Amino acid sequence: AALKDGLYSQVSAALKEGRVTPTELCQRCLALIKSTKFLNAYITVAEETALKQAEESEERYKRGQPLGVLDGIPIAVKDNFNTAGIETTCASNMLKGYISPYNATVVQKLLDHGAVLLGKTNLDEFAMGSGSTDGVFGPVRNPWSYSKQYKEKSIPKSHSEDEESNWVITGGSSGGSAAAVSSFTCFAALGSDTGGSTRNPAAHCGVVGLKPTYGLISRHGLIPLVNSMDVPGILTRCVDDAAVLLGSLAGHDPKDSTTIQDDFKPFELPNLTDVSKLSIGIPKEYHAPGLSSEILALWSKAADLFKNAGAKVVEVSLPHTRYSIVCYHVLCTAEVASNMARFDGLEYGHRSDMKDSTESMYAATRREGFNDVVRGRILSGNYFLLKQNYEKYFVKAQKVRRLIANDFVKVFRSGVDVLLTPTTLSDAAPYTEFIQEDNRTRSAQDDVLTQAANMAGLPAINVPTALSERGLPVGLQFIGRSFQEKQLLTVAKWFEKQVQFPVIQLEEIKRHDSGVLQHQKSASFS
Amino acid sequence: QKVSVEVLDHLEHLALVDFRDSEGVERLQKAIQFADQLLEVNTDGVEPMDSVLEDRWCLYLREDDVTEGNCTKELLENAREKVEEYFVAPPGNIPLSKLEERETFLQGS
Repeated sequence: AALKDGLYSQVSAALKEGRVTPTELCQRCLALIKSTKFLNAYITVAEETALKQAEESEERYKRGQPLGVLDGIPIAVKDNFNTAGIETTCASNMLKGYISPYNATVVQKLLDHGAVLLGKTNLDEFAMGSGSTDGVFGPVRNPWSYSKQYKEKSIPKSHSEDEESNWVITGGSSGGSAAAVSSFTCFAALGSDTGGSTRNPAAHCGVVGLKPTYGLISRHGLIPLVNSMDVPGILTRCVDDAAVLLGSLAGHDPKDSTTIQDDFKPFELPNLTDVSKLSIGIPKEYHAPGLSSEILALWSKAADLFKNAGAKVVEVSLPHTRYSIVCYHVLCTAEVASNMARFDGLEYGHRSDMKDSTESMYAATRREGFNDVVRGRILSGNYFLLKQNYEKYFVKAQKVRRLIANDFVKVFRSGVDVLLTPTTLSDAAPYTEFIQEDNRTRSAQDDVLTQAANMAGLPAINVPTALSERGLPVGLQFIGRSFQEKQLLTVAKWFEKQVQFPVIQLEEIKRHDSGVLQHQKSASFS
Repeated sequence: QKVSVEVLDHLEHLALVDFRDSEGVERLQKAIQFADQLLEVNTDGVEPMDSVLEDRWCLYLREDDVTEGNCTKELLENAREKVEEYFVAPPGNIPLSKLEERETFLQGS
């Protein structure tokens, strides 16, 4: 089995048949992590525990009793999920050295299914950002920066200058997870999605990024940013794999009272052949300012693809789209101000040496522990929550949120099954260019297409579509109805099959992967 | 319309986080300017939305049964200063110093 194989179809079968063992798989992934260290995708590599888990999985396979499709599969988890016995930092000084005493529910579920936890991935500090550039462990590099496809399209400079200054960002905030999946160091990874943090890096790194419906997957153990919008995100190399992960993670959790009580039935995705009964909505407001002409063309082409295959494709309107990012900005900072209040140095995390008083200790701890972005959001949030501002900003934003959510309800009620939109405004920017604007400006720009789905709590998925003129991945987004992940993923899977997104060609992979590289022979979408 | 030093000071007290420098204050100003766009939206007759799951009665009360706990040792492990089973804090009831007395960027303003 090759590292680049899809879980469900190939690796799982290989494990069952003994063509590869969980330990071999784990070791290969660990070796690849080492040789791709320059990507800075991982904050912590849990080598010992991973190998132990792999051994245990091997025993189960030998006895003919694997726990399921995920047994023995190496996965990575974003470093804002609590993992028992393993450092959880949120890429912040505030939590450096913090060893979680418990597993987040989603982590526990993965482990219960036999998955092998390779390590914790890098992110923007406390998941605030859209580049994975603002964490204390440094920025994550997009694996595509080192791909043959990107290098071929780069303007030739001196070799050393090329590699070092030309690399592009992963997007964020789940950049480490996206890079890990994209570079084959794991088969799937957990991210989180509050404003697009799973879908954005998925688009830039050419992987599938699923944001489930709010309330479907437990947030217990996910260090919260915005309680009313956060969801665990799933990053995989193909849509089928995302469905497998979803199947093992979704469902009511008594420890998270915001999870719905309905029974969740894991599903296998059908191979849709007839799309004539499908209605695809194209929201015109998603033709946002700054959308690259390349992506606009791709989006249009995708719409045509559905039309030519017999689906009904209609232009729809989500009139409050342009206020979505402003609304998000207020609600997000307000909830952040509240959620970050727990970091005071007393019970866990960084503690300042200041001893004069409780308040001065808290203030010093927080001064030392949080970066500018985090502090900025806390202060803004507190401003919007001041008595004199509460109605004007916070309650107002809550009202606008309802308008945004209602926009979607109206469109879905009109008979549209799934919406098709771009995921990002452009392909991944070079790091040197990205950091010229501050975090808040960047987030405001980059989240525009993704965060309305968080406002409304709807499921959304990025599907890698084609390579840009610069040789970098571009994805398109599908937004579905509440709790209709099966329909959403079925459509996404059909689309994925049509576009045949190319496999990344990385030197490092060739060296480690003894499997034969399967080149995509069919014409690619672009 | 700039935010007054009194409000900035008040925010530092509430948040127990500092502005650090003029950039920090600028950041807030820009954030407010950005948020002001919301005022354009007509929200007459619209109820605020707390949760997208409001129709589903998610937040339920469960029976008052103890299902887990007794993990004092684990919970204390991550605390830097502790005595027996207590977290140790510096003296409380001492409010953060007034603007003139504490080390803050706002002092010069």
